[in-house]
Amino acid sequence: MAIRCVASRKTLAGLKETSSRLLGFRGVQTFTLPDLPYDYGALEPAISGEIMQIHHQKHHQAYVTNYNNALEQLDQAVNKGDASTVVKLQSAIKFNGGGHVNHSIFWKNLAPVQEGGGEPPKGSLGSAIDTHFGSPEGLVKKMSAEGAAVQGSGWVWLGLDKELKKLVVDTTANQDPLVTKGGSLVPLVGIDVWEHAYYLQYKNVRPEYLKNVWKVINWKYASEVYEKECN
Amino acid sequence: MAASSAVTANYVLKPPPYALDALEPHMSKQTLEFHWGKHHRAYVENLKKQVLGTELEGKPLEHIIHSTYNNGELLPAFNNAAQAWNHEFFWESMKPGGGGKPSGELLALLERDFTSYEKFYEEFNAAAATQFGAGWAWLAYANDKLKVVKTPNAVNPLVLGSFPLLTIDVWEHAYYLDFQNRRPDYIKTFMTNLVSWEAVSARLEAAKAASSSSS
Repeated sequence: MAIRCVASRKTLAGLKETSSRLLGFRGVQTFTLPDLPYDYGALEPAISGEIMQIHHQKHHQAYVTNYNNALEQLDQAVNKGDASTVVKLQSAIKFNGGGHVNHSIFWKNLAPVQEGGGEPPKGSLGSAIDTHFGSPEGLVKKMSAEGAAVQGSGWVWLGLDKELKKLVVDTTANQDPLVTKGGSLVPLVGIDVWEHAYYLQYKNVRPEYLKNVWKVINWKYASEVYEKECN
Repeated sequence: MAASSAVTANYVLKPPPYALDALEPHMSKQTLEFHWGKHHRAYVENLKKQVLGTELEGKPLEHIIHSTYNNGELLPAFNNAAQAWNHEFFWESMKPGGGGKPSGELLALLERDFTSYEKFYEEFNAAAATQFGAGWAWLAYANDKLKVVKTPNAVNPLVLGSFPLLTIDVWEHAYYLDFQNRRPDYIKTFMTNLVSWEAVSARLEAAKAASSSSS
């Protein structure tokens, strides 16, 4: 089982705090790659261990690294009062920060079958899904269709609109987080439909990936988020 | 309207001008089998279905691309039409034993507009590496100048008013089987071992001819 690096992050932040106070400028929060709560091969055969390893260690890590770099540059630009550089950095922050945010959610959206992956949603989320989509199958059909239709790279989401108090299915392009489609949207389940999420295993057949990924979707986690946001 | 040299094949899946294994080891046969045999084929087949019974049916591919680009408010057939065009252009941008430096007038123009071939390489490489998500990097010609352009998803320089001369596909499906996440290695391999400068030079000649005849 993987261990989260909370202690080292706190220690690093502490050191940065001290050194920036001594040197007289603001330190920057460093983001780190979260560990997966399961082994790379634990989602097979739905998602191959090879994909999980590259997806986590290469793609997500790159977003984290580039996000930290962009934030460092942003901090410097802000301190220098360099307004145009601040604006120029926004796309790198959105791409890489969004990539970090989205993938951090994604790993929690997945679980090995032995740990409940694929078990249908129950409780209040289960009822809400029945109300809005007729049944879990109805939701799955809609999300799979919308995920397959994303042109280029992006994500398909099940979200909660906190304001309207209803469930929504939506897609985002590239690494745009769900909140870019509406400020009151909270992501419950996100499915990565970038080609890197499935290509080594499913090649061009994205619908086949979308058919199989539901076998490892962690509805327990989605329910926890839903219940928390509803209270 | 910008000309495209030979890419006007209406809705036909033209094979690359080389065997599917001819670009090995730089681009695998498996990649060509999927990229051309599945992805490109699907764009062509889906385009045919999409325009059937509409006013677009039977129109030249470039006409469809321009009208469905619709000044950026993309209409449904744009993706398939532009991708059909882009992929044919891409296969013809490569050749077995390709890569290296161009020569002659093309090199002279690259040196004129980028100060050196190395500077052009740097700019083209950067465009290909930093196109976020799916897209393409291009060498294009407009107003008697060469420039590097990067585009998202299916967009190409035709709709931006320039003549495409060279392209590299940076959708993940273009390199994932051979390079996985390592897009920079794919770009380097493309430039070092695959680019067909002959094709680029021929397109430049056509672009210049089209430019002067319309001015």
